[in-house]
Amino acid sequence: MYLSEAKKGETIKILSIPNEIIRAQAIRFGISEGSIVTCDSLIPSGPVILRKNKQEIAIGYGLAREIVVEGI
Amino acid sequence: MAHCHTASMKIELPEHGRKIVLAGNPNVGKSVFFNELTGVYVDVSNYPGTTIDISYSKVGEDLVIDTPGVYGISSFNDEERIARDVILNADIVVNIVDAVHLERDLFLTQQIIDTGVPMVVALNMVDEAKSQGIKVDRDLLEHLLGVPVVETIAIAKKGMDELKSTINNAQTGTISHNNLKDKLVRMKAQVACQGEALLILEGDPVIAQKHGIEPGHDREEIYLNRRERVNDVVGHVVTLSQEGVDFKTKLGRWMITPITGIPILLGVLYLMYLGIGVFVAQTVVEITEEKIMAGIYEPFVQGLVSKFIELDSWLGYLLAGEFGVLTMTVTYVLGLLMPLVVGFYSFLSFFEDSGYLPRLAALTDKTLARIGLNGRAIIPFILGFGCVTLATVVTRILGTERERRIAIFLLALAIPCSAQLGVIAGMLGGLGGPYIALYVTVIFCILAIVGTLLNRFLPGKSSDLLIDIPPLRFPRMSNVFKKTFNKSYAFLKEATPLFALGALLISTMELTGLLKAVQNLLAPITVGWLSLPKEAATAFVMGIVRRDFGAAGLTELTLDPFATVVSLITITLFVPCIAAILVIFKERNKKEAAIMWFGSIFMAFLFGGIVNKLTGLFTNEINGIWFTILVFIGATILTPLFSKIKFSKPASSLSEEG
Repeated sequence: MYLSEAKKGETIKILSIPNEIIRAQAIRFGISEGSIVTCDSLIPSGPVILRKNKQEIAIGYGLAREIVVEGI
Repeated sequence: MAHCHTASMKIELPEHGRKIVLAGNPNVGKSVFFNELTGVYVDVSNYPGTTIDISYSKVGEDLVIDTPGVYGISSFNDEERIARDVILNADIVVNIVDAVHLERDLFLTQQIIDTGVPMVVALNMVDEAKSQGIKVDRDLLEHLLGVPVVETIAIAKKGMDELKSTINNAQTGTISHNNLKDKLVRMKAQVACQGEALLILEGDPVIAQKHGIEPGHDREEIYLNRRERVNDVVGHVVTLSQEGVDFKTKLGRWMITPITGIPILLGVLYLMYLGIGVFVAQTVVEITEEKIMAGIYEPFVQGLVSKFIELDSWLGYLLAGEFGVLTMTVTYVLGLLMPLVVGFYSFLSFFEDSGYLPRLAALTDKTLARIGLNGRAIIPFILGFGCVTLATVVTRILGTERERRIAIFLLALAIPCSAQLGVIAGMLGGLGGPYIALYVTVIFCILAIVGTLLNRFLPGKSSDLLIDIPPLRFPRMSNVFKKTFNKSYAFLKEATPLFALGALLISTMELTGLLKAVQNLLAPITVGWLSLPKEAATAFVMGIVRRDFGAAGLTELTLDPFATVVSLITITLFVPCIAAILVIFKERNKKEAAIMWFGSIFMAFLFGGIVNKLTGLFTNEINGIWFTILVFIGATILTPLFSKIKFSKPASSLSEEG
């Protein structure tokens, strides 16, 4: 499934991130393909807030629709 | 010491001095360290080709240089390019890391270690980490990184002396991966500098071009190995003793969730209104603009000029006349603009340091995405209500040219700046509910309609939001003041010549009779299409000089309430002030700027006329007004639907930096 379909509080594994530059920036924030993260909160058709330990990042809806994840 | 020579800043360096560079992620308390390590005398220098200023200070023989907060160094944006150049030129890097966010911060640490520059790590905010149940093994961290690590609590000035003495023991640390070590050795043979070798391997186009080498394709591999290394280090040195959600974390979530976030935003905007709209724009500006500049400064300058030149001569008029370079420009910049810009930047710096800004960006992202922007664009839009010229410059933070194009046009078209807002609010205030509703609805709907259409028809893709949400913290006020000062100074320095040039242009137009000619040219449209008196055209043209002049010009005409609203809508949409026009020409190419300029004039008359004609369909004016409001709301709802029906909208995604 795509990240945009994740539910609040769900723990997910990132399978693929499109676009090389987005991947590079996500790696800097600590999130790469294979990372296990929590979907902290989300705004319907809006950004998804991911958390990994103490690190939180906001991902816009357009991008969240292209990131492939799986529920754990 | 073999460091790389890429710097383009002209800073004088003592012969035996070392360059000590402070580096770290945004909001880790870097500037507190800078203040602690340096003395009273700090120089600020603009980095060529950017709006970013770098602070530096001589300490004995050494030079201490600050860098913008970044998550990594590369050519992704101006901040990173500057940090890259300054760090590659460093003799020693003092890397400040947030003990609460080691996983994020150590990526930059490890990247700098990989550049081969000797380094000291300041493990900051150990107190906050402790209170959150995070324990960091300093000795082990030092051992694993291969560089000295000093525990600090910068705001309490703890660990500073130890840090200062440790700087002399800076070490080159452990490279993140053995593969990288080999690659660096090979690349270094070609470029003689490990830092540049690293960036070429990571595909940095600027550094690669400098050496005439093809940029490398190993960034992803290097990044992943470095991330793995960092996670491994963090896994070894950090122990979490409690997993709980404290109040700050909860508050942070409330700020993002719309149901709680919107009331919080409204509260914040109300505070801004009290602080800037009431206190600065009225109380302070009355003193600075009316009493000091218009009351004391202008008569003084006119007296001074009249000793050498006749004030009635053309030169006298250009210098000290109604729109004079020495009179109006100085009064406008120092008396009106400076207090407002300082006011807006104090709030913005406070939001930035407290961690509210990224949350606001997340909250508004969904709405802004409809007009082809992402949440980060909320910053120029807030600033636009202060000064559109300022906001136009700040659109540089947006990820793509497409977003800048949309944001700049919408700012120029539909955002009234604070100077104009003051006059508009005064004129609308006495009119009553339906008239106010008409003005607000029409302007808002035009913003939404034009934004949606631009997003639909402009080629290219806008970037998606991808930002770090830092922890909420109460900002250190001295830091907020310093930031406000630096940013306001940088903007005024950049904008003042534009305001002066604008004043010269307007004075010349007045002297040559061009201003009158333009007014006469606009008169037929004003009378026939907008049903306004001929003199309103004068107010529109004066709005080019200063937006509030235009609006104020309307108060001198005797207009009925409906004509007042039509003229206010027109003048809001009508071109921004001359400085904003010039800044658009500076930021965009000539053709695009001209399209924006004429486009906003055209739309001002188009929409002003539509409001006039729609309302005129009814004999009862109030009924007409409600009808017009409904038409505009309907059009706003239908615009996105129409653009979806006719064409399928392409999905958008591109680079974005947090």
